[in-house]
Amino acid sequence: MTKGSVRFEGVTKHFDDVVALKPLDLDIAPGTLVTLLGPSGCGKTTTLRLVAGLEPPTSGRIFIGGEDVTHLSATYRKVSMVFQSYALFPHMTVAENVGYGLTVKRMPKSEVRPRVEEGLAMVGLEGFGDRLPSELSGGQQQRVAVARAIVLEPEVLLLDEPLSNLDAKLRRHVREEIREIQQRLKLTAIYVTHDQEEAMAVSDRIIVMKNAEIAQEGTPADLYERPNSAFIADFIGDANLLPVDVTRAGETVDIVVDGRQMALPTAFATTGQANLVLRPHQLRLTREAAADTLPAEVSYAAYLGNQVQYTLTTALGEIFAVTVPDANPFQKGDRVHIGFDPAAARIVSV
Amino acid sequence: MKRIAVFWLVVGVIGWALLPWYLTEGGFWRFGWLADMSGTNISALGAALTGKPWLWLPALGFVGAALSLGLARSQLATARGLFASGTAGLALLMGQALLIGTRYGVWEAENPGIGAGAFVTAAALLFIATTGISGLGKGRGDAFVTGLVGAIVALVAIFVFFPLTFILVRAFELKGGGGLGFGEFLPRFLSSNIWGIGCITGGGSCGPAINSFLLGLSTAAGTTIMGLMFALIFTRTDFRAKKLLRVLTVLPIITPPFVIGLALILLFGRAGTITEFFSWAFGWEKTRWLYGFHGVWLAQMLSFTPIAFLVLIGVVEGVSPSMEEASQTLDANRWQTFRYVSFPLMRPGLANAFLLGFIESIADFGNPLVLGGNFNVLSTEIYFAIVGTIADPAQAAILSITLLTFTLTAFLAQRFWVGKKNYATVTGKADSGRHAALNPVLRWTAYLLALPWAFFTMVLYALIIFGSFVKLWGYDHTFTFEHYLRGFKIVVRNGVHFTGAAWDSYFTTLTISAIAAPLTAAVGLATAYLLVRQKFTGKDAFEFSTMLSFAIPGTVIGVAYIMAFNFPPIELTGTGLILIIVFIFRNMPVGVRGGIAAMSQLDRSLDEASIMLGANSATTLRRVILPLMGPAILAALTYSFVRAITSVSAVIFLVSARHNMATSFIVGRVENGEYGIAIAYASVLIVTMLTVIIAMQLVIGRRTLRRADRIEAH
Ligand SMILES: Nc1ncnc2c1ncn2[C@@H]1O[C@H](COP(=O)(O)OP(=O)(O)OP(=O)(O)O)[C@@H](O)[C@H]1O
Ligand SMILES: [Mg+2]
Repeated sequence: MTKGSVRFEGVTKHFDDVVALKPLDLDIAPGTLVTLLGPSGCGKTTTLRLVAGLEPPTSGRIFIGGEDVTHLSATYRKVSMVFQSYALFPHMTVAENVGYGLTVKRMPKSEVRPRVEEGLAMVGLEGFGDRLPSELSGGQQQRVAVARAIVLEPEVLLLDEPLSNLDAKLRRHVREEIREIQQRLKLTAIYVTHDQEEAMAVSDRIIVMKNAEIAQEGTPADLYERPNSAFIADFIGDANLLPVDVTRAGETVDIVVDGRQMALPTAFATTGQANLVLRPHQLRLTREAAADTLPAEVSYAAYLGNQVQYTLTTALGEIFAVTVPDANPFQKGDRVHIGFDPAAARIVSV
Repeated sequence: MKRIAVFWLVVGVIGWALLPWYLTEGGFWRFGWLADMSGTNISALGAALTGKPWLWLPALGFVGAALSLGLARSQLATARGLFASGTAGLALLMGQALLIGTRYGVWEAENPGIGAGAFVTAAALLFIATTGISGLGKGRGDAFVTGLVGAIVALVAIFVFFPLTFILVRAFELKGGGGLGFGEFLPRFLSSNIWGIGCITGGGSCGPAINSFLLGLSTAAGTTIMGLMFALIFTRTDFRAKKLLRVLTVLPIITPPFVIGLALILLFGRAGTITEFFSWAFGWEKTRWLYGFHGVWLAQMLSFTPIAFLVLIGVVEGVSPSMEEASQTLDANRWQTFRYVSFPLMRPGLANAFLLGFIESIADFGNPLVLGGNFNVLSTEIYFAIVGTIADPAQAAILSITLLTFTLTAFLAQRFWVGKKNYATVTGKADSGRHAALNPVLRWTAYLLALPWAFFTMVLYALIIFGSFVKLWGYDHTFTFEHYLRGFKIVVRNGVHFTGAAWDSYFTTLTISAIAAPLTAAVGLATAYLLVRQKFTGKDAFEFSTMLSFAIPGTVIGVAYIMAFNFPPIELTGTGLILIIVFIFRNMPVGVRGGIAAMSQLDRSLDEASIMLGANSATTLRRVILPLMGPAILAALTYSFVRAITSVSAVIFLVSARHNMATSFIVGRVENGEYGIAIAYASVLIVTMLTVIIAMQLVIGRRTLRRADRIEAH
């Protein structure tokens, strides 16, 4: 049952002097949707193009479905790709685009047609076959690109920022569609994005990359709840990072924050300087001081309808907080006290 | 890989064992050799069995390839074997062709010029070798790409570099078959016959090298200034008749080379209209001032200003309006903006236009031939060294080297010094601003220089048409069809008979140009495809060598071809094929440029999408790239067709009685003083080319109406 698995063994990629990928080991299970997430230039597209066979690796080996494809050209890999720009052929109709892969494999026309119709039906575009790509909306073009990729029944489907040309509303809709098709066809899919919300919404697993290597990988919940670094904590969901001193490490920890001693029911391995991760919506703001609260002043307040966002100045630096609106919101300049639930807090290394 | 290698192995063996190895009497396509496969139609196998044992040699390549395919255990070993046997076979084939029974031979034997069999065998060996290279993991393991690279490299090597070596060899040859050496070359190369500076020091005339150089500088300076003026008018003023200016840019492309010279003679020559007028009105003496530097310079200015305009219009437009607007918001006035912002940004472009003008001028052949008089330039001296009363090929070779040194220096300067800086301000971002208008002084300077010039050009063209309809220009202006009838008479009696004197060369010209055009476009676009879309080692050298033929003057190529292809192993002189080949390799750089420009506009992800969908690179090229390049292909086709018709410099060496070309026919008439028929013929050519261009435009126009102009991936 290795059909559709993807494995990298020590793969590197250099463009002249630029190191686009440091030695990378990957193992992607068949039938899962894995997202490559990370800031611009971290090597996501490069990784994807290596799977596709559009770039040769500088060193290392690549396996698809258990087979070594390192030297196999893109033409012969059972991999399809949806491009950021869609890359629909402007001189062919929608049906010709979707059927292109089948036609160049010399499949007879009579077999191509039903498969094209099936593919278009899968993305909800029945009856659009005779149009030119230029006569479709952005979202429709995007779905044609998906249909074109899946009619070939690839073992692996690659998507490079497939939604970046769509507006926010459409983006949510199309990403659900893509996820639904992926699960229905039990495809292995590798999905590149730099939008962490999109990644959380569609993925079985997320691989976060930074500086040409993997920073952390795991399920969306793993990454959110157990970030292994300040970078991940900040990148996956917003986080406030407060400098703390860990005085006792272990299954539970003792820390000193702002001169005060606290015990937290979370694990951390080493003593010394570390960061306390506080999610903005986990913070409680009160007018009265209490034990374990931190005094602050509101330096900015923004009312967004379903939430209120505050920027707070404290002795430990700026803190970002989000609360549900109530009858008596704080104003700029108000003095407040910040409290948090020790059970939800996490410690990460600096 | 294996399938492709087997295919070429079979093709190659057929070529070697069955097809006539040498040139056949009736030509390959008559298939006379099918009936009698002995004598000159014998195949390599047959000849090898009957006293030409060296023809076994190429077959060793096939044996090696077969062994590698059959015995090698790993993919990599097969690839190595194929590469080794392909190259070895090719080397043996070339070695025997060059060294046995030729002038430079080591062995006296009967080994005539190679024919179809040898060609097929060589191609098969080449593709076996490139298939092997693809198996070694080069060119992304794509046999199509490595094969294409190999084919183009081989063609450029045979038809550009190989002939040039003959010029070198000839130039260094010692008298009386004494081998090669500097003994004769240096004194002749440095002699005052070439480099004399008498015209500067006042002691007589200059050598052709100095003449060419001075002419080149003057023409380059003049055309750059005029081109800039036109470009400024075109982009920075609200001049009304801009369309008319555009027409001016098309004219020189469709004008046979000496037409302008002729028109100038008819106006300013000893019996010219204007000369006559001044002589009649003011009693001025009729002189021959036109024949010499001034006349040639004037003709070149008229011929090449539009080319400078075409280059500079891109440069002037390339200066981003937002920079000019920024300068103006910083309170610079219009003159200051031009002086300190726009002009410095244009400077590399101006240098570029200057160097191109220089190359065009010293490579020019038609104008000096018609108007040169005693003013000798290199290109015409080369011609006279070959066709003159005392043929002196060594002198032609030495002059060619001199000329080549000039053009190559300018070409290298253009590529490595100017080319890099050029177009630095073209951002590729849509710029919505407006170009700053010119300040009044500059605007009026531009108008005063450019508009009379444009008017003058128009008058010349009108006169050409007019002159073709009068009996004898300057003497007898009665209207007549006589010239057209002499050239293009058709008699309808028992069928249609083309009895006019020009028909033969006219049809030959059209046929040969029509065959050469698609081949030129194909080679040019294939090269562009490799350059834009593929990565391979040695790509820079590859690009350089394909663009090089731009810097080789036509006369030099013509001389090189007659030296190289007049005897075995490749005997082509006197055929139509050599004309086709010379057109392909002279016009190829333009096809490459056009292809690169068009292909760079095609989103790369389109090819990648096609590859990802399981198409190989050949299919991708055919089904995705070519259909989207329609307009560029048509442009390349039109251009190479038209250039083939108007080309004279290389052609004049290569025409033969059977394959005479329009331009050399016209030269003949001009030399006999039959101006009437010459300009009548030229007018017919201009009309022919205009028809073709307009027809092509209509086709392109229809296409672009249907689809958006810029091709993006949707
Ligand atoms: N063809 C190339 N030549 C040279 N360098 C390249 C090339 N392609 C990518 N790089 C470099 O490799 C690094 C990784 O690029 P990559 O395209 O993988 O980034 P990315 O994670 O997809 O970024 P983005 O989110 O901006 O698309 C970058 O530093 C980039 O500049
Ligand atoms: Mg990217």
